[in-house]
Amino acid sequence: MKICEVKEILNAEVLCGDDLLENEVSYAFGSDLMSDVLAFVKGKTLLLTGLTNQQVVRTAEMADLSAIVFVRGKKPGKDIVDLATEKEIALLLTRDTMYTASGKLYSNGLEGVSID
Amino acid sequence: MKDIRYVFNVEKDDFVRAGETSSKIKKILRELGIDSSIIRKISIAAYEAEMNIVIHSLGGQILLDISPGVIRITASDRGPGIADVELAMKEGYSTATDQVREMGFGAGMGLPNMKKCSDRFCVTSSEGKGTYIVIEVDLKAGE
Repeated sequence: MKICEVKEILNAEVLCGDDLLENEVSYAFGSDLMSDVLAFVKGKTLLLTGLTNQQVVRTAEMADLSAIVFVRGKKPGKDIVDLATEKEIALLLTRDTMYTASGKLYSNGLEGVSID
Repeated sequence: MKDIRYVFNVEKDDFVRAGETSSKIKKILRELGIDSSIIRKISIAAYEAEMNIVIHSLGGQILLDISPGVIRITASDRGPGIADVELAMKEGYSTATDQVREMGFGAGMGLPNMKKCSDRFCVTSSEGKGTYIVIEVDLKAGE
């Protein structure tokens, strides 16, 4: 699924990475635990999270994640948006909860990550 | 490829800069043209090690050693050390504070994650002295 489709489905605001919206994500993973993200995510994955600190972007950077969706309308600070811009990670913001956002994306064909 | 060593200092409780060392390590490895799946493993292990130093220790150091065929991350800190290393290796075991958990860490996955990302992994610790972690990832033939 393209990131721009994620944007449409979640009626999301793009905080940065307008030029990355044509990129594809193969899976999605929803978590507020960054260590779980680091442990389980592989490949072109979209992260859904309610955390808005800098470590979310660092985690995405280390795990090669393509994009982050902040759920529950939680808007990150400018420093976080700046870091994501520098690291070429798209940031989206939706008012949906984690459950609703995940359900919408899953029912539109975006699969979850499988746990080994 | 010649042996190269990079040294990074990591400060305790510096949550603003936490992750910068791992980011630098990732950049160095990318510039060397190393396979992206290997860079990812090393970056994740280095980041977990860096976060551990920031969260749990009195400060420490991360070394990146690049040698023919192998990349090594050595994370050492000045204490206080891990009382029971075997217990700390168990997924889900954590001594992190609520503040750290609110940041998305302290899930008790750090050491197991480092091990999972490495081809060879070693952690030694003594209470009152510090913790010493070695993570090695083999390069593919020809790198």
